[in-house]
Amino acid sequence: MKKKRNDSGKSKLMLGIITILCAVLIVLSFTTDMMSGPLRYVTGVITPIQSGMNAIGTWISEKGDYLFNTTDLRSENAELKKKVEELTAENTSLLQNQDEFERLKDLLELKEEYEDYPTVAARIIAKDSGNWFNVFTINKGSNDGIKVDMNVIASGGLVGIVTSVGPNWATVRAIIDDYSNVSSEITSTSDNCIIAGNLKLIDEGKISLVKLTDADDKVTVGDKVVTSEISNRFLPGILIGYVSEIETDSNNLTKSGSITPVVDFRHLHEVLVITILKNTDEAQEDIRSQAQTETEMTVETDTQEGSSENGKDSDAETEGGEE
Amino acid sequence: MKRRITMIVLIIFCFLLQTTLLQTFSIASVSPNLPVILTVSFALMRGKREGMFTGVLFGILMDVFYGQVLGFHILLLTIMGYLNGYCYRIFYDDDIKMPVLLIGVSDFLYELIVYLFQFLLRGRINLFFYIRRIIIPEVIYTVLITLVVYRLLLALNHKLEKAEQRSVGSFV
Repeated sequence: MKKKRNDSGKSKLMLGIITILCAVLIVLSFTTDMMSGPLRYVTGVITPIQSGMNAIGTWISEKGDYLFNTTDLRSENAELKKKVEELTAENTSLLQNQDEFERLKDLLELKEEYEDYPTVAARIIAKDSGNWFNVFTINKGSNDGIKVDMNVIASGGLVGIVTSVGPNWATVRAIIDDYSNVSSEITSTSDNCIIAGNLKLIDEGKISLVKLTDADDKVTVGDKVVTSEISNRFLPGILIGYVSEIETDSNNLTKSGSITPVVDFRHLHEVLVITILKNTDEAQEDIRSQAQTETEMTVETDTQEGSSENGKDSDAETEGGEE
Repeated sequence: MKRRITMIVLIIFCFLLQTTLLQTFSIASVSPNLPVILTVSFALMRGKREGMFTGVLFGILMDVFYGQVLGFHILLLTIMGYLNGYCYRIFYDDDIKMPVLLIGVSDFLYELIVYLFQFLLRGRINLFFYIRRIIIPEVIYTVLITLVVYRLLLALNHKLEKAEQRSVGSFV
């Protein structure tokens, strides 16, 4: 009996120690960037196994799809053929437009606005263990030049952002995740808004759009939404989706609604990671240094031309006086 | 020693399963919660200590890989293992009703706490939507999986216990 009590006391003590340890860890991870530290490297062993197991899973589910979906595929094929014809017609007219556009652009000497970003292709190998979040692991890491905060795209649209990196893996937070916020803009009107992930809208295949300032009521359903210039982590001009719903907030100043993303998040297997970072630090330093040189220049001009300016001022005053 | 190694391998394997295969075979984008099943099962079959051990290991894996905050899942699963360990003595381990009930209740509370800390605190106040959309489906799926997984775990436990008895017997 005594031994038993001793045992339960021991486990109570262990619980206490673990609780205190966890409390310390929670506080530490709020105050420091321990999560992105060396801890990540310890886990590098597990990802290759994840990769293999995921391959088995996708193989089985693909075989299942193959068996169940043949009838669907036939009708889909007919539909797609029709669509190909439509698109070829559209394409030819677009090519003509493109030629015209190129000519006009040469005339205006517009520089290329959307450069082709360098990308690295990666495969999704695992997903968040719970059901609350949309975070996934990809099979490329710092060995392939991937860093935290790099943007991830697929099929021409924004998928998410890299949140942590190990040597051969990286985790990506999708833009449909409840924690995600992307500063973006409507291309037709250049109005800014925020695309905020929302668990409630995932089933409808939508993402919520909030804080849209559209005083002129010009944004309509179907407008294109891209990442904004003012975002400090997302590169500008990446397509996110199209506005599908919009209404004025109760404060009558901003609008909110939802957009339909161009990426199909349910059937995502491969993604592209853009291997350049939006470097706002450098830009901010640029602005600062520019401001500094400008003030220096003005100071210099002030000291050099102080006398002449004074002379001008007095001239002006005298002129005023004459009038 | 053999038990510890088996446990660690089993837990890592289940974590891998949870993040890969079970996510591929999720129903309505909800997948069952293996960490809860294992933590509660071992707490019931082996007591508080073993339950806590399972919880800590799973918590570390979940927090390091996908956690927002290091320590959150460790704490949650450890406490779950400890509390379920109270039922260790009043429990016959070949009766499946008790583990199913306890795993269902534990999973519900676990997800409710996750909701409270990671959603409610950010102003997502529609509790009943989240209960209906995430928590209830997950509990049902988890309980169904338990009916199979628990028997496997029980068989494994018996095997390990027998092996231990044999090695103890050889000393005497």
